[in-house]
This record gives sequence, C-alpha cells and structure tokens, in this order.
Amino acid sequence: MKESSSVLARTRSGVITRSLRSALKRDWQLYLLLVLPVAFVLIFKYAAYPGLRIAFMNYKPARGYSGSEYVGLEIFQKIFKDADFLRALKNSLAFNFLDLAIGFPVPIILALMLNELRFRRFKRLSQTVLYLPHFLSWVIIASVAYSLFRPSSGLVNIALMKAGLISEGIPFLTEKFHWAVTYLLMAVWQNMGWGTIIFLAAITGINPELYEAATVDGASRMRKIWHVTLPGIRATAVTLLILNLGRIMGSNYERLASFGNVLVKDYQYQLAIYIYEKGLAGGNFSKATAVGLFQSLLGFVLVLAADRFAKSLGENGLI
Amino acid sequence: MKMNQAKPLRGSSGMKRRVTIGDVIIILIILILCLSCVLPFIHIAAKSISGNSEVLAKNVTLWPKAITFEAYATIFQDGQLTHSMLYTVLVTVLFTAIGMVITVCAAYPLSRRRLKGRNFISLMILFTLYFYAGLIPEYLLLKDLGLINRMWVLILPLSFSPFNMLIMKSYLQSTIPESLEEAAFLDGASSFQILFRVILPLSKPILATLALFYAVGRWNAYADAKYFITKKALQPIQYLLSNMVLNSGADAISISEGMAVQSTPEVLQAAMVMFATIPIICVYPFIQKHFVKGVMIGAVKG
Repeated sequence: MKESSSVLARTRSGVITRSLRSALKRDWQLYLLLVLPVAFVLIFKYAAYPGLRIAFMNYKPARGYSGSEYVGLEIFQKIFKDADFLRALKNSLAFNFLDLAIGFPVPIILALMLNELRFRRFKRLSQTVLYLPHFLSWVIIASVAYSLFRPSSGLVNIALMKAGLISEGIPFLTEKFHWAVTYLLMAVWQNMGWGTIIFLAAITGINPELYEAATVDGASRMRKIWHVTLPGIRATAVTLLILNLGRIMGSNYERLASFGNVLVKDYQYQLAIYIYEKGLAGGNFSKATAVGLFQSLLGFVLVLAADRFAKSLGENGLI
Repeated sequence: MKMNQAKPLRGSSGMKRRVTIGDVIIILIILILCLSCVLPFIHIAAKSISGNSEVLAKNVTLWPKAITFEAYATIFQDGQLTHSMLYTVLVTVLFTAIGMVITVCAAYPLSRRRLKGRNFISLMILFTLYFYAGLIPEYLLLKDLGLINRMWVLILPLSFSPFNMLIMKSYLQSTIPESLEEAAFLDGASSFQILFRVILPLSKPILATLALFYAVGRWNAYADAKYFITKKALQPIQYLLSNMVLNSGADAISISEGMAVQSTPEVLQAAMVMFATIPIICVYPFIQKHFVKGVMIGAVKG
C-alpha cells in the first residue's frame, strides 16, 4: 500500500514537473519578457517594504537601521496623540469626502448634456476642449487659479470690481473658507471633461430600442433621460463611486503644495503635507513612516472592501 | 468615433425637430464650460506678451497690450530655464521609452491565458499599485540605490506603471483574439515574432494612448523632484515653475531668485506657464482621437 501511494506521488510530481518543463520549453520567451517588469517591481517597489520597519523603531537617520532600537507600537501611540496628525487626518478625510461629493456628480451631468447635444461638430470640439485640463499639472492649474483669483490682480476680482459689484477683492485664495471652495472647484474643473468619457461610453451601450419604446409611449426628453439614460449608466456610476470611496485615504502633495500658503494652513494641512514636513523635511522618519503605513494599510483595506462590495453588487471589480 | 453612435435621441424624426429651449440652455452651459477651459489660457498668453505697465495697471484681459516678447527673451537669456526645458524633454523621452518597453514586456505575456503562473505574477505587480511603502521607505531605498540627486531618480522608480500595464493587458485580451496568436504559434512563429509581427502592429492605438499617459505624467510630476533632488541643474521645469508660483504666492510679489528680471514677476510667470504648457497642447490634438478608446478599455478594469 505504502509503496504504491509513494509511487503515485512520485508520478504525480513527475507529471507536474514535466508539465512545468513543457510550459517553460514552450513559453520561455514569454517568461524572458517578464524578467524586466518583475525585476523593476522587485527593485523599486518590494525593496522599499523592509523600510517600513522604521515605523516600529526609534529611527535616527545618522545611526541607520542597526543603530536604532525597536520600540514596538510606541510610535503609533504617539501619532494618535499628535494634534498635528489628527488635524491632517481630519482635513484629509473631510476634503476627500468633499471632492467626491462635489466632483462625482459633475461628469455625469455633463455627460448627459453632451449626449443631448445635437450639433455633432460642436460636440466633438467641446469634448476636445473639456478634456484638456486633465493633462495639465497642478502647478499650472494653480497658476491659472492665481491669475484668475488673486485679490488685487486676479482677472475675476478685477472684472467684479470694474463692474462695481465689490469694492475689495474677494480673498479666494487667502481666506480658508474661500480657499476650500476654490481648491475643490479647481479639481472639479480639471476632471469634469475627462470624467465624462466613461459615462458617454456607458450611454453608447444602452439599447436604442428602449428610447424608441419611450418615444412611442410619448415620453418627453426629460422623462427619457430619467427613465432610460440614468438607469442605463447606474451600474457604471455605482462601480466608480465605490472605487472612489476606496481611495478616501489618499493625499496629493502636488495639489496641496501648489495651492498652499500660510494663511490657509488650517485646511491645507493634510496627510501628504504632514508626511513631507515631519519626515523628509523635519527628520522625524519614524513618525512619518508610521503615518504613511497607517495611510497605506487603511487605504489598502478600503480598496479591497470596495472591490468586494462592487463585485457583490454584480459589478466589475478592479482586481 | 464610437461616442457619436449615441444618437437614439436624435432618432429618425429627430433631425427635423426644431431647436428647443432645452437645446439652447444645454449649448449655453457647455459653451460656458468650454470657455472656462480656454479663456484662462488666453488671458495668461496675453499677459505673457504684454508690456509691464499695462499688466500692472490691470488693463490686460484677453488681448495683449503694448506687445513685447521681453519675458520670453528673459527666459531664453536665463540659461537655467532653457536648460531645464531641454532637460525635462530628455527625462520625459527616456521615461516614456523605458515605461513603454516594460509595459509591453509585462502586458503581452500576462495577457496569454495559457501562461503558467500568470495570475501570481499579475497579482505581484498589481499589489504595488494598491500598497505604497510610503515616502520615507522609498527615500531610504533610493538612497541605498545611490539615486538621490541623480537624473535617473526621475526616470527609473516610476517608469513602470502597473496601471498602464493593466490597461494594455485588457486591450490585448479584448481586441486580439487568442486564436489568432495560437494559429501563428502553431505555424511555428516564436513568441517574439508574434509580438513584433502580430501584437504590436495591432496595438497602435493603445500604444499611442499609453505613451501619452507616460509622457504627460512625467512632464507634469514634480513632487519626486522636490523629495529626491536638491541640485538645481537636475530639477524639471514644473518644479522651477512651482517655486516661482509659490514664491509669488497669493499676492506677495517677490522676484524669483537668481534671475536678472526686467519683466515683472507676473509677466514672467505667465510666460513660464505658457512655456510649460505649450508642449502638451502641441502633442494633445494628435493623440486625442486615440485615448478615448484607451480610457474606455482601461475603465472596464481599474
């Protein structure tokens, strides 16, 4: 009995190695191609993960890994008592939520309007123009904001003053509530056109017979949008919304830094700023790494949960 | 273009329908949004070629006044900016080329269903997309690799985007039937030959799209330059621009360091913005017709 089972095991493992060998023989060129990307990922991404142990150390840059001692979860206990971190976390969550709440519906509405446009050439031209801001860097977007909204020399303020509507420039960029609105709306502006692409694609996929049936039933244009177009893009919208919720821990340094100034620090102080100022600029590597790890872990869990949730609704996930 | 097939609303009788108030409102809204995308740049362009005193007197809106190209002359005289421009072009070209090669090397094998271990390798690559080690571990790694304050720090670490790989993989799986490749394989073509003779010629639209994404991504990014580079000569144009914009801040006018400035900072800054934007605006129309498709395919996954 024993002998035969071991023989069986041997033949089975023999089959596996043989099939592996034949796969290698057949596809060695494909594996050879994969060497380059895998090496890149290993060298530039995976090799950084061991550095995460700094979050559990009292790391001194001058002493390196070996000279610094492990302190367990002490750093994490510290950051959760750190008022700066809590403020950065709160701001990040609030602004990411607002980004989503304000920015998410705009491309949908714009896509519906573009779909209703009956002049093809105008439609194509306006799409080209509306996609453009997506390709501009945050510095350029901020420069645009500065040239439009500076209190004394911004175009919008000049125009409003010349029209006699205001006597003093509106502090779009220097007072924190105004700043928050400007900061959020500039991102909406940047992404509104680009975001329509996916919804226009979804609208293209709607069965034309549904519209014909609605027309026969005497439905008005608004009713057709409400009862045919919107249900037709619901799946896409739900998937996108969930996936965006998974990114709520994100923080974009370039965007924050380009719009930053001393007067709006209260709101502009978000996770990316915290990590840069405390860590790279301030030398507190352990704290910055711990915050980064917290951000990555939570973000990762949220993305996985969002993916699961999207799939459980029968939508396309992302992984 | 696919999008224009969305004409059910136009219907068979739609073409004869009169233009309603609803149409007018929609056209007006879209017109305003389009203007909001174009006018700021016309304003900045006008400022960049206007006379200082006119700009300071706030007389320039959309049309240049007292036209002068002094600001551009200053930029060209100041070696640092032209150097930075050429340097950024070089970095962008290298970055895009390397990124595209690696993306194809990953996407083609991983799109073949018969390949053993492809799920594992895909997962391994995609994991890095969703779990970032963080700024400090990355900085320490790049320091160990000896890349801090080197041009290559702007090229190598980010040159492979798993996200772009995902888009390319989806494209290959959805547009090139595996049977086509299998047939070539049975005819004795090697995987390399199939890649160069079958796959790549059929993927031109997605290659153009991804090259655009890589190039624009590199051209626009500057946080890594701030993090990892302290030498002025190695900083890309966007970073110089960000220093300039932030220095002149919300209203505080300060002259950017080390420049013999004849133009006011505002005019100079406008010229700089044009300088950094024009390359994108030049490339954009040629690739625009391709990327819509790329984004739609990418949207299926990711």
